[in-house]
Amino acid sequence: MQAIESKRARPLNTNHAIANAVKDLDVDVVSAYPITPQTTVVEKISEFVAKGELEAEFIHVESEHSALSAAISSSVTGARTFTATASQGLALMHEILHIASGLRTPLVMSVAMRSLSAPISIWNDQGDLFNARDAGWIILFAHTAQEAYDSVIQAYKFVEDERVLLPAIIAYDGYLMSHTIEPVVTEGRERVIKFAPKRHYPYRLDPQKPVTIGPIAPPEYYYELKYQQVKAINGSLPIIEEVDKDFEKEFGRGYGIMECYMCEGADSLIMTNASYAASLKAFLPEFREQGLKVGLLRLRLYRPFPLKKFVEYTSDIKNLLVVDRAISYGAPYQGPLANEVAGAKVKEGLGFNIISVVAGIGQRRMDREDFYALARMAHEGGRHEETVFYGVRE
Amino acid sequence: MGERLLSYKEMPIGGVIVNPGNSLEYKTGDWKVLIPKINQDTCIRCRICWYVCPDNAIKELDREYITNKGRKYKISYDVDADFCKGCGMCAQECPVKAIEMVPVEVE
Repeated sequence: MQAIESKRARPLNTNHAIANAVKDLDVDVVSAYPITPQTTVVEKISEFVAKGELEAEFIHVESEHSALSAAISSSVTGARTFTATASQGLALMHEILHIASGLRTPLVMSVAMRSLSAPISIWNDQGDLFNARDAGWIILFAHTAQEAYDSVIQAYKFVEDERVLLPAIIAYDGYLMSHTIEPVVTEGRERVIKFAPKRHYPYRLDPQKPVTIGPIAPPEYYYELKYQQVKAINGSLPIIEEVDKDFEKEFGRGYGIMECYMCEGADSLIMTNASYAASLKAFLPEFREQGLKVGLLRLRLYRPFPLKKFVEYTSDIKNLLVVDRAISYGAPYQGPLANEVAGAKVKEGLGFNIISVVAGIGQRRMDREDFYALARMAHEGGRHEETVFYGVRE
Repeated sequence: MGERLLSYKEMPIGGVIVNPGNSLEYKTGDWKVLIPKINQDTCIRCRICWYVCPDNAIKELDREYITNKGRKYKISYDVDADFCKGCGMCAQECPVKAIEMVPVEVE
């Protein structure tokens, strides 16, 4: 975990950390609709706009479908644009998610991950995010409020890069992070804009240089445009890495694209993201003392998947316990990430034993002893043919 | 065909059209099965076909025509095969049944 420079830090929850990043990035247009647990992101931004601290156009729309549609339109005029959502809102945006990536708009959206209806649950899991994973967006998970602030800044720097031009999601856990106060250092507009100066969509709408955006593509053209997206998202990985390194040079905080925590001397790893990674960072030293040779593989960059890093960290381990907080109904493993890991294992000829665990669905409570149970399961290994639904009442 | 199509590297990203107005180059009538055949002798030059065509594919030409009954018209109608989709609305609406939908000849 990054050392917090206590003198400069102030108490912010992740939602407010993100709102501050948007302010420091001098975003031009914010188009959003309130949804729990994201609401206080845009609430805080509208406060900044009302107070004149952020000179932005704040578009109040009637739904998330409109929020993202307006954000795309704004982005193609060359305005730096932001939106935020969660859960049903992200689901309602679904068709527009594909349009944002298909049109190659350099948007940034924060997602305070929350479970999906039915039944109605306002609480955290990651069903919303994993439902959106194939929409062609770059996806980063943050595990602290500070990382969320920093990642939004990094995101504008790489999405507006002409070598990338794709939208990005910064995802973090609803409630567990969105409403949890942590120390956060904010850097102020001058330094942030110097690091991430505005670079506009290259074909931006301009009456002097007319273009058509969003036309139909017949069978002779559609495939090539989709292939461009394949190349773009794969090609974005080194640029995302480069931006993270530059960020570290400038601000002293870097995260890498995938993190292996306490991996030295570990036979087994627990692969997880966001708040669970933060919890494990707190618990692992104690678990290690108790003889569990377990480390943490923290997924930060999810799309594009950091396969090389994954191979580097998992080539010599015995067991990889993959924690999913989303369910892939009827899939070989019911954890979506576990399925991807199984694919990566075959593709790269890796030897570890996969343990697929689903946990925390609908924010089912996970305490220290629950993380201990997972660490024990990883340490003991053994073949688990089926996904383990941890903590479900049978 | 035979026309070389652009590779993914050559196409502007996101399907952006950077040369506006190029829809003129796109011949939208290449998939029709039937095409209108206008009988210039029966036609009374009422212009209804020209009005109803959804693709502006009925052309009103300044071409003089004398019918087999000796009536002289200053104009004639013709079909723009590049853009006619063969929907048959002109034939349906023609008050004197001067338009017949006939199969397109495939070479």
